Amino acid sequence: MNSISLKNVSKEYRDFALRDVSFTVPQGSIMGLIGENGAGKTTVLKLVLNMIRADAGRIEVFGLDHIKNEREIKEQIGVVMEESCFYEALRCKEAAAILRNLFKTWDDALFRTYAERFGLPWEKQLKEFSRGMKMKLSIAAALSHRPRLLILDEATSGLDPVVRSEILDVFLDFIQDEEHSILISSHITSDLEKVADYITFLHEGRVVLSENKDKMLYGYGILKCGEKEFARIAPEDVLRCRRSAFGYEVLTADKNAAARKYPDLTLDSAALEDVMLLMIKGETV
Amino acid sequence: MDIIISNSSGKPIYEQITSQIKSMIISGELKEGDALPSMRLLAKELRISVITTKRAYDDLERDGFIESFTGKGSFVAQKNVEFIREEQLKAAEEHLKNAVCAAKSSGISRAELEEMLRILYEE
Repeated sequence: MNSISLKNVSKEYRDFALRDVSFTVPQGSIMGLIGENGAGKTTVLKLVLNMIRADAGRIEVFGLDHIKNEREIKEQIGVVMEESCFYEALRCKEAAAILRNLFKTWDDALFRTYAERFGLPWEKQLKEFSRGMKMKLSIAAALSHRPRLLILDEATSGLDPVVRSEILDVFLDFIQDEEHSILISSHITSDLEKVADYITFLHEGRVVLSENKDKMLYGYGILKCGEKEFARIAPEDVLRCRRSAFGYEVLTADKNAAARKYPDLTLDSAALEDVMLLMIKGETV
Repeated sequence: MDIIISNSSGKPIYEQITSQIKSMIISGELKEGDALPSMRLLAKELRISVITTKRAYDDLERDGFIESFTGKGSFVAQKNVEFIREEQLKAAEEHLKNAVCAAKSSGISRAELEEMLRILYEE
């Protein structure tokens, strides 16, 4: 069963278009949405949340139509956007009072537990909070009505490694329940490299890749070679290549096959960041 | 039960998990019927994705080291000593093949090679 499924979703703006976006988030998994700034990550999340309307395509959440069953779906989703959405003059306890009336399933005790775990001061105004504290508050608020699905937009960007690691722990805790899933957009690929099960890679409003993360990490490889050797590489083995003054970097989809075929060339494994860079900056042959 | 994951080893993480669990089973540290941690717990503790631990457990199950039951979890399978021995034998043969290859390519005699093996085995 899928928590989220998008089929051929398109959305046109004057200067940007999301075209034919399809991917699914299987139940019990973490899907990482990667792509450069402006690739359309936030647009996709807003479409799923029905904050904007798609021009074409179909979006389902928990197998239900995301517009017709919006209320039912939203009771079961926790959302964290990049910026804190709370009024700056509020304190934690006041934020809790507002949220209590918003969700049927709001759990005050759980919110307190998260606030304590994250070290959030109960009586301090939010404008005094650091960026990390605000993000933790947003996450605590998103989790305290016991959602089945978390949708996060750049939740770990701009945070220090210690806070990022704490937040990743929360995600891993959340996913202990096999019915829970997470859709998270980020351009910090190293975070996703650790915890995501699947990766969807957006570029200029299109899905470039949507795959099992391990397949990507252990399948893709980068061949490094000079001009002469590059001529020997079969075009079907070259996904993208990048040329510098002193040689070529070639992204290949099957590292093991490349190792057998070109045993004398230098072959590195590709991190998500390398795949992202070469897919965007590289050329096809 | 200790599982150590190295990020700098070229070996995929799922292989690091399977090889360590296999050696624990072969050495008897994990006994027949022992419960393994759930895939989700293992992923959380190692801070890796569930899909990686699932791959590791699937491989272990395929190779007959563990058995999984829906809703109950994974357990060390009835130890098939013959089977494990066979696997180790195959691995040893593979390494010896490489040794023979290396010897032949640089003119090391069979006698020299056998002598080397004798010394290594008795170490």
